Amino acid sequence: MAVAEQRADTHIPTVIADELHIVYRVNGAKTGKGSATSALSRIVKRGEERGVRKVHAVRGVSFVAYRGEAIGLIGSNGSGKSTLLRAIAGLLPAEKGKVYTDGQPSLLGVNAALMNDLTGERNVILGGLAMGMSREQIKSRYQEIVDFSGINEKGDFITLPMRTYSSGMAARLRFSIAAAKDHDVLMIDEALATGDRKFQKRSEARIRELRKHAGTVFLVSHNNKSIRDTCDRVLWLERGELRMDGPTEEVLKEYEKFTGK
Amino acid sequence: MSAPPSPDDGLSPAELAAKYGLAVSGARPGLFEYVRQLWGRRHFILAFSQAKLTAQYSQAKLGQLWQVATPLLNAAVYFLIFGLILQADRGMGIKVYIPFLVTGVFVFTFTQSSVMAGVRAISGNLGLVRALHFPRASLPISFSLQQLQQLLFSMIVLFCVTIGFGSYPSLKWLAIVPILALQFLFNMGLAMIMARLGSKTPDLAQLMPFVMRTWMYASGVMFSIPLMLKGRDLPVWVTDVLQWNPAAIYMDLMRWALIDGYEWDVNMPPYAWAVAVAWAVLVAVGGFVYFWKAEERYGRG
Repeated sequence: MAVAEQRADTHIPTVIADELHIVYRVNGAKTGKGSATSALSRIVKRGEERGVRKVHAVRGVSFVAYRGEAIGLIGSNGSGKSTLLRAIAGLLPAEKGKVYTDGQPSLLGVNAALMNDLTGERNVILGGLAMGMSREQIKSRYQEIVDFSGINEKGDFITLPMRTYSSGMAARLRFSIAAAKDHDVLMIDEALATGDRKFQKRSEARIRELRKHAGTVFLVSHNNKSIRDTCDRVLWLERGELRMDGPTEEVLKEYEKFTGK
Repeated sequence: MSAPPSPDDGLSPAELAAKYGLAVSGARPGLFEYVRQLWGRRHFILAFSQAKLTAQYSQAKLGQLWQVATPLLNAAVYFLIFGLILQADRGMGIKVYIPFLVTGVFVFTFTQSSVMAGVRAISGNLGLVRALHFPRASLPISFSLQQLQQLLFSMIVLFCVTIGFGSYPSLKWLAIVPILALQFLFNMGLAMIMARLGSKTPDLAQLMPFVMRTWMYASGVMFSIPLMLKGRDLPVWVTDVLQWNPAAIYMDLMRWALIDGYEWDVNMPPYAWAVAVAWAVLVAVGGFVYFWKAEERYGRG
């Protein structure tokens, strides 16, 4: 694949996607009668399942990402951006094709590991452990995480269950936990949109910091400005296909033409 | 797009990956590496199980008290129905029968809830599986651990019941520890098998309650298998085989350890300990390997 920039010193690939296809299978999405019998045949029959709808989310995407690059992923809703990130992280199994990576890419996001019924305090620990941090690491970072989230600015909220938080507060805590760890290959999925203006500023700074430590950064965003600010290369996905791959300005210009801005 | 002149140009993606030592993302690690990774996540496994346990009752006013109150109420219902209303003793005497019944229910519930949690371990946590990296076996193991902690609360109630019916603590009670350890191993293996099956076929969550109920009735939770079959024209091995069923063997061992009037020679099948160990090792190791075999496929929706 063509690469946008020439950097002789850092021309080391960190992520290689080779004709990657991702297919989701959705059970029971087919409408109509006889769903009970079709369910039965699903158990009995292996192979081509009936009553299961397939969603071909990523179709044959290939690219090579190099160390030191910050790559933006753009495309309309449902174009397969988040799916592609998950496949790179090795979280979604590929239907066809392969992704090769250097080290363990991680997705910035611990939302799923957190529990609304637990206090913010316990969620910080649980989220950290879920991301693979050790207890000592969490202990040493704990205060930093809480301060960064700003949860305790309006009183002692960290000892309350997370379900009592406002949606903005919860989002801030989630981001703070997720951003507490350093990563080799970092993938950020629309994380910049959370919180109030002040928190957004703080998280943008944090992402720049993470970028410095990480080998390669992927950023999914619908905000062309934040893509321009942080990325030097852009992949444009449309209907699961790689429509364009190149320097930020070139691709964004085409993309803006396409979306009619 | 401008292609830079590079010595890597003619290489296929696979060759390029090999040249720079890149590995396939999401590939399944070897069995020993997998065990090592799992051990590295032991704190997460424990924290996750405790978090689940706490979250369970966090909305209730009585809070964590329910962890003891639920089994207590369970025992009270059985005492009311079988002890006071039906006055059933199934040939054992009421002093043996009530602890017999409550032990059976609690021990079987341990396996039952581990299986049910196992079925949903992957399919119910797809968000987690699709967002973070960890050995997926952490989930079924964590859920089994949660059930073990729940059972430990039930054991407090169980001790009260047995003492209340005249079986006092003795040296035999020490056997509870290995019995629980073996049953936990068995449950964990079973949970891992169910987790893999359930990740492919989530419908199992609907089916399993019926399977489990059938298993419960066949395992002699409410009656003693040897007493039930006594006097019928059946070969001896039929009783043995029924009692060698894993659920039955763990229940019987626990009853023998706890209840004074529950004699070994009358109630236990031959080789009871050996069978209990065999089930635990077989299912734990088999279940673990079976689960690991599909490690890279969990998360496909």
